[in-house]
Amino acid sequence: MINGKTIIKTIGLTKIYGSGETAVKALQNVMLTVCEGEFVAIMGPSGSGKSTLLHLLGCLDQPTSGHYLLDGVVVGELDDDQLAEIRNEKIGFVFQQFNLLLRTSALDNVILPLTYGPRKTRDVRGKALEVLRAVGLEHKVGSMPNELSGGQQQRVAIARALVNNPSIILADEPTGNLDTKSGNEIMTIFKKLNQEGKTVILITHEKHIADYAKRIIHLQDGKVISDEKVVNH
Amino acid sequence: MNIIKNIKIAWRGLSANKMRSGLTMLGIMIGVGAVIAMISVGNGATASVTSRIQSLGSNLLMIMPGSAGIAFGGARQAAGTATTLTNDDADAITKEVPTVEMVSPEFSGSAQVVYLNRNVNTRITGVVPEYQEVHNSNVAFGEFIRPEDQNAQSRVAVLGQNVVSDLFSQGDSPIGKTIKIKNLPFLVIGIMEKKGQAGFQNLDDQVFIPLSTAQKRLFGSDNLQSISIKVKNEDEMELAANQISTLLLHQHKIDNPNNADFRIMNQTDILSTMTQVSATFTMLLGGIAAISLIVGGIGIMNIMLVSVTERTREIGLRKAVGAKRKDILGQFLTESVVLSLLGGSMGLLLGFIGSYIFSIIGGWPFVVSMTSVLLAFLFSAAVGIFFGIYPARRASLLSPIEALRYE
Repeated sequence: MINGKTIIKTIGLTKIYGSGETAVKALQNVMLTVCEGEFVAIMGPSGSGKSTLLHLLGCLDQPTSGHYLLDGVVVGELDDDQLAEIRNEKIGFVFQQFNLLLRTSALDNVILPLTYGPRKTRDVRGKALEVLRAVGLEHKVGSMPNELSGGQQQRVAIARALVNNPSIILADEPTGNLDTKSGNEIMTIFKKLNQEGKTVILITHEKHIADYAKRIIHLQDGKVISDEKVVNH
Repeated sequence: MNIIKNIKIAWRGLSANKMRSGLTMLGIMIGVGAVIAMISVGNGATASVTSRIQSLGSNLLMIMPGSAGIAFGGARQAAGTATTLTNDDADAITKEVPTVEMVSPEFSGSAQVVYLNRNVNTRITGVVPEYQEVHNSNVAFGEFIRPEDQNAQSRVAVLGQNVVSDLFSQGDSPIGKTIKIKNLPFLVIGIMEKKGQAGFQNLDDQVFIPLSTAQKRLFGSDNLQSISIKVKNEDEMELAANQISTLLLHQHKIDNPNNADFRIMNQTDILSTMTQVSATFTMLLGGIAAISLIVGGIGIMNIMLVSVTERTREIGLRKAVGAKRKDILGQFLTESVVLSLLGGSMGLLLGFIGSYIFSIIGGWPFVVSMTSVLLAFLFSAAVGIFFGIYPARRASLLSPIEALRYE
């Protein structure tokens, strides 16, 4: 499904937290290119900068220096509201902690990004139901998050990431809080999404999760130390 | 992101913490309720004072003696203490001032009134038959003082309602009974209608007897405490006042009007003084109530700040999925406005109930002015916006990633 069109390109991406002697270099001079339709797993020990990288790629944070081009747009030049628009339309983010709204039904959680969208989606409910069906939760639309299992909550979160039909799905240890079985179910969904043409980038600690991907990047101390294609797919 | 959506989100946020939202609303509720009730109390009191003073008669002039002591160079005493008004003055006005329709000379003093084993200390007012018409006072039962009573210095009395209830037990008809005033027996010939409070006097707390009886038999004095005058035509009030003034100056042989030993007041003078007093009173009450509204507003701000802190992760998530600053700002602002408007509406109800209760206690008409309702309502919305904007802005400025990391 890789058509060679570059969707993500970073040039010397650097992120430093704090200043002076206490400054922490979370990312140093990262050069990364991701093409449309790729399935990338980012691995590395704690503190290697993988989450920071994903946040930068997801436009949740701005780099200290370096450039980030998303679909040809220089992200560094955008203001807060423009970043919000990009997060809304182009990126679907899946968190380790699911981050569903409490006391809010699965359906309403999925609808959330649509309410902030600039476009008027005519059939908000229909669209949300469609993505919930895609993650296999059509029978749980009215359930509150606390009535769902971890795996089900994460599937709601994926549905929420999908509802605006973004081209990129970013997932920060999506299986980190799940048992192996649920984790594999979630990975199957990501794999399917990738086959349908979405660019998927995820962070993981676990080798068997990373094996679902077609490309594995290793980070250490804020630097890319290896970047290899997985051939056995 | 439309308003209805925002209100739904706000409602969900508020109902998630019912106890807290309820207590916060209570602050605004009491504030708004207090403002409405207090302004209504002020307006009601003003209305009742005004209507009672007006019921005294709209073309009424009152002549009071000046202050005593000034003519002899001694210390000036309070107005009304001089004994410069006499029956002759009253007669002269009746005869010589054409614009005057009716003259009611009055003398009043305080005395003990006894009936059987009960007694009460009250005001005894010596009046002539004209009193009734000049002051719009009517008898409820029996008769008022008659001309022949005045001529014969009869010992007859007409009682005010309060005196009746103080001296007589319920069901006991006072008419035809004999009461003692300063140990002199008086025959009760009538009972006045209830008139209530006028300014600082309770008109029901007095006993009317003939003026001649009061002056000669009871108090041994031939001066007057006041002369009330009914002017023929309301347009001629000023003219009448001037004519009377000229006449009395001549009667009292005073050349310089500045040295006059009497004062002429009209209804408007009394009314404007009373209205001023009660307007100040209303402002005072409203001011105190407004302070409680502000305190309620600070309560809202406090709770909104707590709410923002508590929902930091939620804000982070909303931003992560594309909420802009104005969306978050709108959400929290709507929440605080909904909070204050709900509190305001309930305060409105509370204010109405409070005003109603006060109007019954105070015995004045139940008036809630549209202005005070509107004012309180708009003010509570303003409180919501004013005290909500800081927490809402704080929420909107959170960085999504830091908000998401917040534990």
